[in-house]
Amino acid sequence: MSQQSLTPERARQHWSDTYRLMWIVLAIWFFFGFVIHLFAHQLNEIVVFGFPVGFYMAAQGSLIAFVILIFWYARRQNRIDEDYGVAEEQ
Amino acid sequence: MQDGAKGGFIENLGKIYGIYTGGFIGFVLLLWVLSSVGVPDRIIGYLFVFLTIGVYALIGVISRTAQLSEYYVAGRRVPAFYNGMATGSDWMSAASFIGMAGTLYALGYDGLAFVLGWTGGYVLVAVLLAPYLRKFGQFTVPDFLGARYGGNVARFIGILVLLAASFTYVVAQVYGVGIIASRFLGISFEVAVFVGLVGILVCSMLGGMRAVTWTQVAQYIILIIAYLVPVVLLSADRTGVPIPQLMYGQVLQKITALEGELGIVKNHVAPFVNAAGALDGTAMLNFFALTFCLMVGTAALPHILMRYFTTPSVREARKSVGWSLFFIFLLYFTAPSYAAFAKLEVYQNVIGQQITALPAWVGLWGGTGLVGACDAIDAVVKYSICAGVTGNADGVLQLAEFKINNDAIVLATPEIAGLPYVVSGLVAAGGLAAALSTADGLLLAIANALSHDVYYRMLDPHADAKRRLTVARVLLVGVAIVAAYVASTKPAGILAMVAWAFSIAASGLFPALVMGIWSKRTTSVGACVGMLAGFGTCLFYLIMTQFYPAEFIAMFKSAGVVEQLQALMASASEAAAAVQAAGGEAASAELKAAAAAAQAEVAKFQTANAHWWGVKNISCGLFGIPAAFLVTWVVSRLTPAPSQEMQDFIDSIRVPRGAVLETRGSAAVE
Repeated sequence: MSQQSLTPERARQHWSDTYRLMWIVLAIWFFFGFVIHLFAHQLNEIVVFGFPVGFYMAAQGSLIAFVILIFWYARRQNRIDEDYGVAEEQ
Repeated sequence: MQDGAKGGFIENLGKIYGIYTGGFIGFVLLLWVLSSVGVPDRIIGYLFVFLTIGVYALIGVISRTAQLSEYYVAGRRVPAFYNGMATGSDWMSAASFIGMAGTLYALGYDGLAFVLGWTGGYVLVAVLLAPYLRKFGQFTVPDFLGARYGGNVARFIGILVLLAASFTYVVAQVYGVGIIASRFLGISFEVAVFVGLVGILVCSMLGGMRAVTWTQVAQYIILIIAYLVPVVLLSADRTGVPIPQLMYGQVLQKITALEGELGIVKNHVAPFVNAAGALDGTAMLNFFALTFCLMVGTAALPHILMRYFTTPSVREARKSVGWSLFFIFLLYFTAPSYAAFAKLEVYQNVIGQQITALPAWVGLWGGTGLVGACDAIDAVVKYSICAGVTGNADGVLQLAEFKINNDAIVLATPEIAGLPYVVSGLVAAGGLAAALSTADGLLLAIANALSHDVYYRMLDPHADAKRRLTVARVLLVGVAIVAAYVASTKPAGILAMVAWAFSIAASGLFPALVMGIWSKRTTSVGACVGMLAGFGTCLFYLIMTQFYPAEFIAMFKSAGVVEQLQALMASASEAAAAVQAAGGEAASAELKAAAAAAQAEVAKFQTANAHWWGVKNISCGLFGIPAAFLVTWVVSRLTPAPSQEMQDFIDSIRVPRGAVLETRGSAAVE
């Protein structure tokens, strides 16, 4: 990691990578927050361990996805920052 | 926890809170022993309430500080993991702890909008806001608006939205503290509110954010133990496996089977159905609208966002959001199992039973007005909740004769599971921790906005640190007293408005915050007008549909609907006039009943028609959020682009490394 400040070109690339990751995360968020529950009726036909799957997704499944998603995002974004040398000194 | 030893304190957090957790478990076991040798329940309740508040007060006192950065942002030394716990208890209020399981019991699948909405918002916090606000690195959310949007106008609008969203919320928390304290201490509600007030102030007044942080961690530990223990034991008792989150699948199956036998058409697990059990488009729309508003609102509530100002780095801020959601998730994925176990108990052991053979918990909680078996004609004498229900007095409890308040689901679970009173005391301590921690966070957010943003930034920028801290503390006490006073009047209206806080914050703050970071082209004028547009749209929809439905219908509905309403209102006033003509109070019962019925028709028609596309006003953010984004975007493009200085400032908060540049709206903070 060098100490030199970013060239404008590198800064733009850093932001465009960050921007892309943001949209990926929001897409996954939108899927688990909304899209999957549109099919709650159909998913409820499937029953796993007593849980109708449509109900399960809103009660637990999506929540687990959100927790994992945030930790995954934090790792990815930290790596982007390191790659461009803009992460904080440890 | 003096400043010199602070490094040692942070390194030893695991040990300190480990000992604390062990000590708390030991304390509960000790009370259990005391209770089994015959110490009365009332004493057990006192010990639970006063000893836990005493511990919070102790933490509050040893965390006292005379430094601004300690008072406002806990010295920015809170590790991600512990900030996650603190955010968890900051977030989970009395409503989450006591009310949510009951909502799920009452609404079934459709209640899951709260579970989804109150968790999914953290994804937005993590990705769009927290790391950048942490890098910005000042003290409050309005600080960011002031710096990014050129000064005090944006700052002031931000403060207005903050106050509108947070004040009703804090009143509800103080109210919750009062309810719990009065129930377990056996004192009147009005006194209990001020006992709660003392509990809140001892945590926050001397040490500000630093004290609140370490108290909230302690409160999280108590609230999560208290939430999990009863339902884990209930699950072990009913299914043989102490993992309720896994075992309630089978319970759901049994519920569905019993619903068939009892002839219930609105199934617990069925999504988006109306009372007749048919798929309903409006129910579906409201489910998603509420989920959306709660999510976006989560990402805009200042008392949550300010928690991410306290981590040591941007990196830690990101991780900390993950830990926050993890700790919140532990409670939220348990709540539906409370609802399911309680519903099974009711369908299996309560409905269809002889009144004389009801489980003991029904009688125990009946006295508090939370549960009622309304079979007898005069059931209301024993069960106050039975008012308005006419039982058929056949000695058997039918479904329609059983009434239960939402709060009873969590509160009565210890008795449903046949657990000793000490578990009920534990639940009370947990509910108290949930309400106190949220009240502390909210009070601090409000008082800091007033002391830091209004007093220091806008009125007296030359005040020294000592003076600023004095003002901060005086305002904290002042806001707390006003909140307690309002709560002590039991304002029904305000309690109903709490859920509005999410839509208000989402419409007023979220777009300006997000666009300030993610769009350099957003101008000061654009953001200010946008905030007002979002806030205004949301408030307009809320206030008109709630308090002026007739005017709302006249404004937005077709001539046919308006005429129908006018006809109904005309017959209502005719009926009222007939009562007057017959001598007012002296009029016959029939005339009075007719007038009341006509009035009820008007109210029913208004409720059924005063809305846009069936959207409930709790989800007014569905209109406010897009309005704010759109107006901000359009006005920004019509006004000159932000200066180079501002663009450099935005660049500097977008990367974790390096200094944050200054703007006109942000003078240096030491």
